[in-house]
Amino acid sequence: MNALPLATSFLQSDNFIYVLYIIAFGLFIQGLRGLAGPTTAVRGNRIAAVGMAIAVVATLLNKGEGNWGLIALGVALGVAVGVPAARQVKMTAMPQMVALFNGVGGGAVALISWVEFRHQGSTYGSKTLEIGHQVPGGPVVGTGVAVHVGGVPTYVAIFSVFAAIVGSVSFWGSNIAFGKLQEIIPGRPISFGSAQQIVNLVLLVLALAAGVDLVAGAHSELLFIGMLVVAALLGNAVVLPIGGADMPVVISLLNAFTGLSAAATGVALNNPALIVAGMIVGASGTILTNLMAVAMNRSIPAIVAGGFGGGGAVAGAEGAGEHAGTVKSTSASDAAIQLAYASRVVVVPGYGMAVAQAQHAVRELTKELEKRGVEVSYAIHPVAGRMPGHMNVLLAEADVPYDQLKEMDDANPEFQRTDVSLVIGANDVTNPAAKNTPSSPIYGMPILEVNDSASVIVIKRSMNPGFAGIENELYYDPKTSMLFGDAKSAVSEITAELAEL
Amino acid sequence: MILASTLTTNLAILVLAGFLGFVVISKVPNTLHTPLMSGTNAIHGIVVLGGLLLLGLAGLDGLSKALLVIAVAFGTINVIGGFLVTDRMLEMFKSKPKPKGEDDGQGGGS
Repeated sequence: MNALPLATSFLQSDNFIYVLYIIAFGLFIQGLRGLAGPTTAVRGNRIAAVGMAIAVVATLLNKGEGNWGLIALGVALGVAVGVPAARQVKMTAMPQMVALFNGVGGGAVALISWVEFRHQGSTYGSKTLEIGHQVPGGPVVGTGVAVHVGGVPTYVAIFSVFAAIVGSVSFWGSNIAFGKLQEIIPGRPISFGSAQQIVNLVLLVLALAAGVDLVAGAHSELLFIGMLVVAALLGNAVVLPIGGADMPVVISLLNAFTGLSAAATGVALNNPALIVAGMIVGASGTILTNLMAVAMNRSIPAIVAGGFGGGGAVAGAEGAGEHAGTVKSTSASDAAIQLAYASRVVVVPGYGMAVAQAQHAVRELTKELEKRGVEVSYAIHPVAGRMPGHMNVLLAEADVPYDQLKEMDDANPEFQRTDVSLVIGANDVTNPAAKNTPSSPIYGMPILEVNDSASVIVIKRSMNPGFAGIENELYYDPKTSMLFGDAKSAVSEITAELAEL
Repeated sequence: MILASTLTTNLAILVLAGFLGFVVISKVPNTLHTPLMSGTNAIHGIVVLGGLLLLGLAGLDGLSKALLVIAVAFGTINVIGGFLVTDRMLEMFKSKPKPKGEDDGQGGGS
């Protein structure tokens, strides 16, 4: 493959490293397969982690490896930040955490591309970045690609620049997503209004133009930094106008982006482990993004193009005006009686329940009901909580039996024979407007058809609209009664009342 | 020997990995999507390798070194944090034998 003068021993170690990489990505794939089932998932994740450890060790075996002190420093910093964050984060804050971890990954890609560019510019004519055939300061060897930019094949420059742009977008976009979910930045869409699309487009074109110029041989570091900055602005401009409700889709999309940028870095660095791992993440992230968008009845282009339709939100508010009939409020003791005499109760948990840390209280309540012979199940909307599966994690944390959790498609037909639906901190996913009101911005979104059950109790802090900023028609339904208050204390009160019946 | 062999080999790997990703992951049930997202997120932390490789290059100036240390730190956060958090989430599923049913007292303190 190449004519390195340094010959055999290095070639051998290169092959050895390559084999380790193959083992590593084999483990990644095996690990991901394990993630396909609840029983094998823990092991799957650990298998993938072992693969990662092998990949890191293989890289450190690389003959050119040096600067050990700096490597130790970087790793130590990463461990010091990452381990406590991962250990201490609350399960409810998981989406933000994923956004943040995803962001730093994107940031790493952008920084790596930047250094690649710096390094390529200063060592004209050498193929320093063809890791594995690397001869610092030596002659051009290896692939024999005819077109070169500053000593590296053009495709290396293309992939590197691509990784830089996408990494920077991902870093800033993820940070904004984190800020919104953490409520550092208002969850409402923030935008330039109708000019938003134009601004986004201009930024995208600018970033691409800078990238093309760099690939074509503009040896300007300033231009490279400018490109990173424009991509950063693009990341901000794309995510800021997106409402909090769409944030999971955005995080998933950015996750896929970071994967793709990692794969591009892998091509630029000729590193198979990076290519495989990055590309698999890119593929999975795309699937996941699509699933989430479908569950929310949103199209990915619509989400990326702008917030939760400014006009749509107004229409929703008008719609709510028509419905502003009477809201029936109830008390904990009435709710307890209603539940005690039901034969079938479905709990509809939402993010509000998670925020109030009420999942344990809910579990206590359902245990009390089960003692009385009430059949209890949980109806889980695909995007309950803030990400698909988020609610399952939260309920699993509270020891809710796995078989009581019903997915939306299984739960919906059963509402008709349900006596009481207990909606705890869920809002938009129960809004009948998604079925009945074509003017509503959430029209067409699959919902839990709670209004089919004989009666509904909604535990909610106030009448404030939900994440999507839309009034919920369910609350004005005559068979709905509202129990206002903090989810955790309200549920505990019901449990206490129930115990005294 | 063969022109552009590195590029074409890598492109082949890229394409195959993409298809493999689709196939492997489309089988994951909805309930595991959050851990999956977190797990795949950890895997793309593999970019840390890029930082490690470049730190091995000769002739890096101060700024390059500083950038790479940050990159390695970022990548490490991504990898270690991602795997730990995924593990925490999944442990909760694992500790759940299917028919736990009505009454094993202690639940989880409220």
